[in-house]
Amino acid sequence: MGSIAYIARRLVYGVILLIGVLVLNFFLIHAAPGDPAETIAGAMGGATAEMMADIRAAYGLDKPLLTQLAIYLGRVAHGDFGMSYYFDQPVISLIAARVGPTVLLVLAAQLIAITLGVAMGVLAARKPQGLMSGFVAVVSTIGYAAPVFWTGILLIILFASIIPIFPVSGMTGARFSGGSAAYVVEVLYHLALPAFTLAIIFLAQYSRLSRASMIDVLGADYVRTARAKGLGEGKVVFKHALRNAVLPIITVAGIQFGNLISGALLVESVFNWPGMGRLAFDSVLRRDYPMLLGILFFAALMVVVANLLTDLSYRIADPRIRTGGR
Amino acid sequence: MSLVQPAAAPEAISPLREAWIVYRRNRPAMFGTLLLAVIVAFVLYGTFLYAGDPYEIVWAPQTPPGTEASVPLGTDYLGRDMLRGLLKGGGPTLSVGAAAAIITLLIGVSLGGIAGYFGGWLDDLLMRVTEFFQVLPALLFAMVVITLFSPSPITTAIAIGVVLWPQTARLTRAEFLKIRELEYVTAARSIGARNGRIMWRVILPNALPPLIVSATLTVGVAVLFQAGLSFLGLDDPNTMSWGLMIGTNRQYVLDAWWPVTLPGVAIFLTVFAVSLVGDGLNDAFNPKLRER
Repeated sequence: MGSIAYIARRLVYGVILLIGVLVLNFFLIHAAPGDPAETIAGAMGGATAEMMADIRAAYGLDKPLLTQLAIYLGRVAHGDFGMSYYFDQPVISLIAARVGPTVLLVLAAQLIAITLGVAMGVLAARKPQGLMSGFVAVVSTIGYAAPVFWTGILLIILFASIIPIFPVSGMTGARFSGGSAAYVVEVLYHLALPAFTLAIIFLAQYSRLSRASMIDVLGADYVRTARAKGLGEGKVVFKHALRNAVLPIITVAGIQFGNLISGALLVESVFNWPGMGRLAFDSVLRRDYPMLLGILFFAALMVVVANLLTDLSYRIADPRIRTGGR
Repeated sequence: MSLVQPAAAPEAISPLREAWIVYRRNRPAMFGTLLLAVIVAFVLYGTFLYAGDPYEIVWAPQTPPGTEASVPLGTDYLGRDMLRGLLKGGGPTLSVGAAAAIITLLIGVSLGGIAGYFGGWLDDLLMRVTEFFQVLPALLFAMVVITLFSPSPITTAIAIGVVLWPQTARLTRAEFLKIRELEYVTAARSIGARNGRIMWRVILPNALPPLIVSATLTVGVAVLFQAGLSFLGLDDPNTMSWGLMIGTNRQYVLDAWWPVTLPGVAIFLTVFAVSLVGDGLNDAFNPKLRER
């Protein structure tokens, strides 16, 4: 019961946040220099006078600002995010085609970062001054200070000319034609480098965090008890300690989702990955504002959904929160 | 209170001096400070020693570094001098980074301070606004802002500042919440100090240490943001910057590694130095962490 009420409250809150994004979008269009109709049509696009008249009528641009806002929100509620005048297609269908690759990239990077990061952190925590701890420190430094697009390009140099074992561009080969099983393999093969590049930034944080968290937990009474019972080291580390050390990682993983999407933007551009980031970049060059604002909304939607899922997994991982009820 | 006086009372030193003593002994932090000083010196004065237009084509395209005396670090895909670009390109990267950090601090400290000091509905409202900005993917939002308003270093700095402030706001709020309950704040209030004075003259100076640390680290993040935006070609193309150098040369990376690698090294070293300084300041201001 407590859980359901809690989830409902979070859902409502998420919806309010998303409406906030739309309101912000609306005001950004109006704050931009120039005629809003031109902004909507795309400043560079050769919008005809007829098109402009259509836009003015559709968005009610001659009406008071608040009425315009209501019209805008009403259109979005019907799934109408406007037209991309560059593609001459509705924004929503263009975005729908690009959401998949971005979600795949972001989730793959998150998975790699968490798995590798926790593994490194656990190994390092067992010897706080050891070799692995040094390695974690080096990786954290690179992950923090190296621009992600630069590490991506360095990996391209490495894998394109020195050890050519991974493809460095696109989601499938140019001449790919195969069945669905072969397609999955092909995509995963192309996913390897971009996902790993994006994972490096977050690998740094997860390894550092899980090292600190494991050092804490390994000193706790219940770990000493587990050892005193004569349990094997593997069982102590993985069953007793890790389960408790993983909680802060879930929290951070949720917070990082927005940053992951920002990183994906750059990584998609480096590796020609056909996702939302790539589309956003192209839309900037074409001054395709409806497209950009639509992408901003869907990116925020992804973050809100990710935060909700994080909350839920946190409640599953830590039963105290479920019964505690705030 | 004991009546027995200690034989030799240790000389009282100010907290700032104490922090400096700790900082000076911290080798990574001193290394970072030195590295940062060298980078800033190169960016500020380098162009006096090695003048020239970074856009000018001076030698054969893609001359490797160290092969031609007149272009010590080689040339890019058009034959432009890499060293000129690196020296000129540091200015926008560093100044936009610093300006963005200042904007972040201004917005974050004002909103966080008001939220933490007044509490209640104002706190609730401001924290909701903060959360709202945290939901927006920062780089994407910055891209939208720069595209809608014409690209220039000032727009870039504002766009970065506008997306990075929520963390500073949360930190400031937490500090203000903690400090406003302390005796000296009550004392200030009892002698009739107004809210504004208490907030900015009494609480803020005492909340500064963590804010300084966070501002330092924000400079690093802002430098990365500036680099990312100019790499994507969203910054003004007539302003040479490290990110722009990487962006314009990346298509030819398989023919020549240096035009992309060298500016990246410059960005990496800058952010690395900034993070060492930030970590050092954190250790110096936090006596609890000093043992580690």
